Amino acid sequence: MPLYLNDEQQMLRDTARDYVSEHAPVAHLRKLRDDDDPTGFSRDLWKQFAEMGFTGILIGEDQGGLGLGHVEAGVVLEEIGRNLSPSPFLTTAVAAVAALKGSAQANRWFPGIVAGNTVAALAIDEGAKHRSAVGLKAERAGNGFKLTGSKQFVTHGHVADLLIVAARTAGSADDAEGVTLFAVEKGAAGLDITPERLADSSLAARVSFDGVAVDADAVIGEVDAGRDPLGRLLRAGRSGASAELLGVGGGAMDLTVNYLKERKQFGQLIGSFQALQHRAAHLYSEMEVARAAVLKAQQLLDTGSDQADAAVSVAKAMTSLATTLSVQEGIQMHGGIGMTDEYDIGFYMKRGRVLAEMFGDANFHADALAKAAGY
Amino acid sequence: METLDQFRTETRAWLAENCPPEMREPVRSDADVCWGGRNYDPATNPAQAQWLKVMGECGWTVPDWPKAYGGGGLSPAETKALREEMAAIRARSPLNSFGISMLGPALLKYGTEEQKLDHLPKIARGEIRWCQGYSEPNAGSDLASLAASAEDAGDDYVVNGQKVWTSYADKADWIFCLVRTSKESKQGGISFVLFDMASEGVSTKPILLISGYSPFCETFMDDVKVPKKNRVHDENKGWDVAKYLLGHEREMISGMGLGGTGGNPLIEGAIATIGLDHDGRLADPLLRAQIALFEVRAKAFTAQSERFIDELKAGKAHPAQPSMMKYFGTELNKARHELVMAAGGSDALEWESDASNGGAAPRAWLRTKANSIEGGTSEVQLNIIAKRILELPGA
Repeated sequence: MPLYLNDEQQMLRDTARDYVSEHAPVAHLRKLRDDDDPTGFSRDLWKQFAEMGFTGILIGEDQGGLGLGHVEAGVVLEEIGRNLSPSPFLTTAVAAVAALKGSAQANRWFPGIVAGNTVAALAIDEGAKHRSAVGLKAERAGNGFKLTGSKQFVTHGHVADLLIVAARTAGSADDAEGVTLFAVEKGAAGLDITPERLADSSLAARVSFDGVAVDADAVIGEVDAGRDPLGRLLRAGRSGASAELLGVGGGAMDLTVNYLKERKQFGQLIGSFQALQHRAAHLYSEMEVARAAVLKAQQLLDTGSDQADAAVSVAKAMTSLATTLSVQEGIQMHGGIGMTDEYDIGFYMKRGRVLAEMFGDANFHADALAKAAGY
Repeated sequence: METLDQFRTETRAWLAENCPPEMREPVRSDADVCWGGRNYDPATNPAQAQWLKVMGECGWTVPDWPKAYGGGGLSPAETKALREEMAAIRARSPLNSFGISMLGPALLKYGTEEQKLDHLPKIARGEIRWCQGYSEPNAGSDLASLAASAEDAGDDYVVNGQKVWTSYADKADWIFCLVRTSKESKQGGISFVLFDMASEGVSTKPILLISGYSPFCETFMDDVKVPKKNRVHDENKGWDVAKYLLGHEREMISGMGLGGTGGNPLIEGAIATIGLDHDGRLADPLLRAQIALFEVRAKAFTAQSERFIDELKAGKAHPAQPSMMKYFGTELNKARHELVMAAGGSDALEWESDASNGGAAPRAWLRTKANSIEGGTSEVQLNIIAKRILELPGA
């Protein structure tokens, strides 16, 4: 399979590019922020994503979706990133769908996701830094389990219909085995969800579980074998976040390069100065290499390759590094106005920071790759 | 698709049978690389000679060239499958050649039928070793200011002047060379000619480098007769050929960023000198972090190289994209060798000992410093990216 988008994928990209830039440009985010919107995204937009078919992109045609893969999900996510469009697409249509796929839970949740009615959130992280450890306890109680502990960085948690929760059913926090993944519905007794506004004006919740009771059929996959669906969730989430980062970094680079072609100082366009040309050309190179890493990871995920895990870590680390560079260079090359709220470049920096942290930052993935390589 | 799978299966079986085990070992030094040529002695390394012979016979030294010119006549997908199958068994490249990576593509595009039939099959079989006469003492980054002259003498040109940084000129059989046929125009007065290094009036002088090796030469041309039929493309149109060829040279140099086949000498070397702690991590945490972050970039660049080749074959690559590849690949390779030296400590400083394989690590480290200079400096590549890809204004 050649490492570029095929004709159908390019058509999807053109469609997504036109649609997202028209309906959810950066001005859309700015308005939600200025209105202090309590949801953090537009439910109308989420319904429109469903009408476009985007929400069912990873769901099989037999279940009402498009039956496409991670490459196609990434194509949409890149446009979401480029426009900084707030939406539950990554958590719901990509990560949660990947976790639920093939499980008994799929029939319960997929119709609502396809229809754009259901929002899912991921209750994975327990500390400020993403780790593979899972400490939240799930103890057997009656016909089901009781969940006790806390999670954070749960994007859209305050409005989610469904929480995907990683919990420990055996062993201790750092053990690889003994993890179980649960589908917890909103409103469950003992669930306390506090939304926090983040730097990029998105809302992520701190969630505490005080003996939250769930039925045995809330288990996704098998008890104590939650690393399987959690692995699917994380691979999809990381590859998706990489694609979104590519859009954020690419969008920031486009803004910056265009600015270099408009702004005059010393009587000439600043883009004619070699000092800035070299910074921009270096940035372009980093973003191109990041793009290849993302597409490689998506293709390997779609073919079910055993090399997908490593490729996903490379993609998440490389896009985190390249996009961090892009937004920093963006503000530097915009100069003083890059620091103003009026200009969009600052929004890119904030979103890039949040995505770089999500599902593990560059250091987390470089460390994972080193461990896998035996050093 | 079924035929591609079939090709892959057959290729795998053929390679299993025909690639000598010695040719699946990592390349440890330049002595392990086969360059071919008139002075090539098959007796030095029989396995290498056998590998070159069988690959040359089916045209797989240049799998995507037409069969009529000694190539394998493979499609882009088949070529990719062959490379993947070779990589899977860590097969060495059967032949390293500026004829394959630089002159061949230029001849395929600009050569006459006679020139193609004359030169390409010999390149494919490794019979003639080529060198490149581009840079001059006063024409480095500003290559088009070159002065070596070719005077019109009827059926011949008479070439006078000096080239510098001619890689392996003292070992090469033929040279592809840029010469000035007109002073009317800077870039529009250059022609691209081919001649035998054994011609009367050609002499070479190796240049001793900081690595202690002399891979480059000065090349002197003193009234050298070059038949006009050895000119590629029209008179004064040599710059078009030169630029096209430079794109291929940059691709080749960018490949150095990939770090070759077989194992990972950086990681293996670091483990050997520093060791692992009780958790299985490299015992120097700061160096481990540096290597781990380097490896992210190296693996991402491997994906980019695959993407670039796929896009190139499909005509989707930006014409200036080789400049990005060259810039990233060479800077990456320099960074890799800095880490190899840091990991090796004082072992990696030994310059002559047997244990150090004659100072292979420090000499290779020093050699990489030319990567971001040769074939157009990193700064020239950034200029090209800025102007031709980002379309930034000015100068």
